[in-house]
Amino acid sequence: MEPLFLLVIICYLLSTIGYFLYLFLQKDYLQKTGFYLLATGFLCHTVELGYRFVQSGQFPVSNLHETLSLVSWTIAGVFLMFQYRYRLKILGIYAAPLITIVMVIAARLPNVPSETQTILKSIWLVVHVVAIFIGEASLALACGAGLLYLLQEHAIKSKHRGFFFKRLPSLELLDHTGYACIVTGFTMMTFGLIMGLIYAKSIWGRFWSWDPKEVWSGITWLLYAALLHQRLTFGWRGRRAAIMAIIGFAVILFTFLGVNFLLKGHHGEFTRM
Amino acid sequence: MLDIVLLGLNHKTAPVALRECIAISKDETAVALTAFQKLPSIREVMLFSTCNRVEVLMIVQDKTNAVDAVKDFLSELKHIPVSEFEKSLYIHEGDDAVRHVFRVAASLDSMIVGEPQILGQIKEAYQMATTTKTSGVLLNKLLHRTFFVAKRVRTETGIGDNAVSISYAAVELGRKIFGTFEGKKVLLIGAGEMAELAVEHLIRNRAGDILVANRTFETGVDLAMKFKGQAIRFDEIEDALKQVDIIISSTGSPDYVVTRNHVKGIARRRHNRPLFFIDIAVPRDIDPEINRLSNSYVYDIDDLQGIVDENVEDRNKEAIKGERIVDEAVIGFRQWYENLEVIPTIVELRKKVEEIAKGELEKTLQAVKHLSSDDLKAINRMTEAMVNKILHDPTILLKSSGQHQDKSVYLDVTRKLFRLDE
Repeated sequence: MEPLFLLVIICYLLSTIGYFLYLFLQKDYLQKTGFYLLATGFLCHTVELGYRFVQSGQFPVSNLHETLSLVSWTIAGVFLMFQYRYRLKILGIYAAPLITIVMVIAARLPNVPSETQTILKSIWLVVHVVAIFIGEASLALACGAGLLYLLQEHAIKSKHRGFFFKRLPSLELLDHTGYACIVTGFTMMTFGLIMGLIYAKSIWGRFWSWDPKEVWSGITWLLYAALLHQRLTFGWRGRRAAIMAIIGFAVILFTFLGVNFLLKGHHGEFTRM
Repeated sequence: MLDIVLLGLNHKTAPVALRECIAISKDETAVALTAFQKLPSIREVMLFSTCNRVEVLMIVQDKTNAVDAVKDFLSELKHIPVSEFEKSLYIHEGDDAVRHVFRVAASLDSMIVGEPQILGQIKEAYQMATTTKTSGVLLNKLLHRTFFVAKRVRTETGIGDNAVSISYAAVELGRKIFGTFEGKKVLLIGAGEMAELAVEHLIRNRAGDILVANRTFETGVDLAMKFKGQAIRFDEIEDALKQVDIIISSTGSPDYVVTRNHVKGIARRRHNRPLFFIDIAVPRDIDPEINRLSNSYVYDIDDLQGIVDENVEDRNKEAIKGERIVDEAVIGFRQWYENLEVIPTIVELRKKVEEIAKGELEKTLQAVKHLSSDDLKAINRMTEAMVNKILHDPTILLKSSGQHQDKSVYLDVTRKLFRLDE
């Protein structure tokens, strides 16, 4: 493993520890330390990915190792952005470990250099992948906000306040942040899917080819579209919205990994082991 | 040597009937301070009186005299015989008095541990003492230490965290649901001290419109005026639920005022915005089943009392940390106080040795008269040098603060060895 890659993992790991200490001790400097460590890790990670891009001349999604590393990088970036915007400090206890775990799994996988694939040089494809990743990272955070919402709601409803009541923010903030994550995620995902369709048209001459990945992406998209529709028209919020955000993310995980391992299709390359 | 003495009574030692008899108003405090100042046994004095305590803190020359004088004064001022309140009095001196002041200011001795008002009250009392010029070096130092300790206890322990009254607990809960109360509409059903207090807390936290529903419309109008809100009729409650966010209920109604069906029917109209019911009434006004509906939260008086009890327990745990900070501060103050005695002792010691040297020198020089003036100067210099060398080590020992647990022992020995007190 390259030293830079290791450095990134160490930063993420320390950030995770910082956030967990924050959860228990409730000292603000711990949360800040966690945030800055994560930001440092993200910067190193950016350099690492950029170096890889320049060296191989292709977008680094040619095997599962590279793909997961990119996933981790996107979640980190999106989390830093949301953190900056919404100040939902405690979300770090979800995001930092998630980022770290994905990174550690990536590190354990062999980094098999692949033959240069011309398709990974197309700008359309790069935009398609980046937009979808950012979208899915936001939706991953929405799932985290949803989980925290359920914890806090349970604390309030059951009247046994316990460990989390004091440490988690208000239901309103959790719900609001989750919603913002879903709006961002859905927008980016829609944009990414459209890019994918255009790219498909330019390569294969048709927009849609009933590839399993496409089908499941469509299902995911419809699911979130329904969730947003319900929210906007009937004010679907709180517990139900939180549960839907979690289910939605589970479907994303299946679309992202499950389809590649269990079904076949033209998206297989990027999870090659 | 001066003593720090504290004399007083509080909610633990005296029943409220006695406390209200002894309580001293601001004007009376000024009179009392001036009167105490005239007594020869009292050097410095301050006095504070709250609804839970009356305390006199003083620096005295003669403890028994001072204490008796204060008792007599109180008895005369309040027209009650000394024997009636004497048993409720506690008298602390030295470290105990210092510790007591620190504990009171840090709210460790309060009826509700951690309540924040007491520090302000002590500051006021101290200000009174400085304006009537009854505080001096010792009280100034002690009170500044006190304020510092109280602040430390507040910031370093969780003694002031978490609500310990029903109405505050309700507001804290609301904060966990809504985040902020800005623009949140409040409906008050019925009336009652606790319910009104909760509304006041919400208004202070910038809640939006206040609606008041009362069985007697006129009473509702009066209450609404008080909160600058709007009165509605009792049968309009169901309709009002569509727009409000927080409902505080405290009526004498034997049945539920708001039922599950009321709330279930309007969830959609409200766009599922959360509803928070605070039910202070016994028997309950709000159907507890409402708590099971999504985005609706119901807390009744027992739930709130449960929170308060838990919080009180938390505060008491934090108070233990506070006691440790106080103990540290008492030791620190004692060291400063003892240092006050060191300087005069060193000065007296030097004076005594110098006098001995001077006397012996004169005696000797009277017998030997053939010395030149240069010789005399040399002998004088030698004597001075001897005095300095002899005094050097004892002075260092006495001055070095904090190294010896009990400095007063050394001071005592020094004074005895050189008979400084005669």
